[in-house]
Amino acid sequence: MKIYKYGDNVDTDVIIPARYLNAPDEKSLASHCMEDIDAAFAGTVEPGDIIIAGANFGCGSSREHAPLSIKASGVKCVIAASFARIFYRNAINIGFPIMECPQAATEIQAGDQIMVNFATGQITDETTGKQYQAAPFPAFISGIIDNGGLLKSLKARGVAK
Amino acid sequence: MGMTMTQKILARHTGKERVEAGELIEAKLDLVLGNDITAPVAITEFDKAGLTQVFDPDKIAIVLDHSTPCKDIKSAQLCAQAREFAKRFGITHFYDVGTMGVEHALLPEQGLAAPGEVIIGADSHTCTYGALGALSTGVGSTDMAAGMATGLAWFKVPSAIRVILKGSLQPYVSGKDVVLHLIGQIGVDGARYQSLEFTGEGVSALSMDDRFTIANMAIEAGAKNGIFPVDDQTCAYLQGRVNRSWEGVEPDPDAVYEQEVIIDLNTLRPTVALPHLPSNTRTVDQVAGTPIQQVVIGSCTNGRLKDLKEAAGILQGRTVAKGVRCIVIPATQQIYLDAMKAGYIETFIQAGCAVSTPTCGPCLGGHMGVLSDGERAISTTNRNFVGRMGPVSSEIILASPAVAAASAVAGVVADPCKLS
Repeated sequence: MKIYKYGDNVDTDVIIPARYLNAPDEKSLASHCMEDIDAAFAGTVEPGDIIIAGANFGCGSSREHAPLSIKASGVKCVIAASFARIFYRNAINIGFPIMECPQAATEIQAGDQIMVNFATGQITDETTGKQYQAAPFPAFISGIIDNGGLLKSLKARGVAK
Repeated sequence: MGMTMTQKILARHTGKERVEAGELIEAKLDLVLGNDITAPVAITEFDKAGLTQVFDPDKIAIVLDHSTPCKDIKSAQLCAQAREFAKRFGITHFYDVGTMGVEHALLPEQGLAAPGEVIIGADSHTCTYGALGALSTGVGSTDMAAGMATGLAWFKVPSAIRVILKGSLQPYVSGKDVVLHLIGQIGVDGARYQSLEFTGEGVSALSMDDRFTIANMAIEAGAKNGIFPVDDQTCAYLQGRVNRSWEGVEPDPDAVYEQEVIIDLNTLRPTVALPHLPSNTRTVDQVAGTPIQQVVIGSCTNGRLKDLKEAAGILQGRTVAKGVRCIVIPATQQIYLDAMKAGYIETFIQAGCAVSTPTCGPCLGGHMGVLSDGERAISTTNRNFVGRMGPVSSEIILASPAVAAASAVAGVVADPCKLS
């Protein structure tokens, strides 16, 4: 497990540049993920890796391609001090785990080994021995994530046909 | 405790007497929007989920505006996918090349947004229709798919910042300067998860086109939406465009605002945002003389008739500086026609500008004006992020049409008030 650490205001244009939006399949999106902020990311990321970032992660464009590209890269979750609102709802809607925790986002370093528990919101830094508590999701949002995303959740509720 | 304009609209669309900030609700939608980049992802998800019906073919808008007229084969395939879906479900408001315009200029122009309505769009600048007193907000493709299927979207009811506008704007100062000033003051996440609610006597001094520009960039402060009160100018704009009945809202006198920002319009100067954040603002005189290689005048932020009028007023009888490329993009076919009748298009061409059919093109570095290594553009668009208009070494300075046009003439960033 590796940590990729970034600063504040990581926008969706650097997560997945617009020049790649003409090919929205998972493989293509993953191959260009984070390209304009970290050209080495796509070549080195492995399943289970975690992104840690500062405030307002995913600001800018509404492109769902951004959380899709991170998810398709095999990243387990994004921990940030805060998320821009469209990225936040897009991640929930596609069933991709995100955790909001300013202290963890500041203190956890790139070389650390960490464990995350989505059910409890607990983040454990095994390198430093420190524990952090992310804000838990309200039941309404957990329901969407637990069903595997918004469309599956709406189908399960019989709202969408 | 009273409700804000946004909260009142959400309450009405949820069948509730009142809603509270922070509450999670499901609201009924009056319109669901997508474009040629976001709709195909929504359609793929819609089909993958086995959905077989849309909630109302009259309340879905699909506008092929981002990579159109298609820039490459892959873009053409995405447009074909959107076209097939629109045909399959008989989508009434489907806009293809020839009738399409930049979506956030087009929808209000076509009467598809009205006060008090709830509109979601799979495009972050959907917040533009707040200028008409609607609650409109950007969402992702899955939200679009769910909205098309059910006519519903989930929302966390936002708290709000009240922006009080006073006075009126000086010559060569416009809505773009107001919103850049505001973002510079509160930051790119200053209104995150919140509404920006505009009020004050200064509102009536702002044209509708200026209000569209201001509401359009609410997202650049992280806001869920920006919203204006409905006044005589709003009603005049709606006249002849919106035939259905609509009901605007006013905030309760005791509505709760988390913060108040006062902007004296009289004191604002032409303002720009330097690379690489919209909040990195300066008054234009602080950075006058900065070299540029390209100028873009257009987009959902500043491609409306008043924007073109202001740019043409400066370019009339002048020419674009040698070594600078100036690209002008009327945002809709109607704006293009009106600009032609008013002589602006001739002015642009005589001045040495390239004039394009409506497209989002250069704003997102798609086509029709992509930058090369190390180049700098001054642009009336909305984002100046790293790599937005070209390679990571290129730069964008955000500005109003007047500043962009003055800079095109000077060949460097220039103050329109000081143009000889």
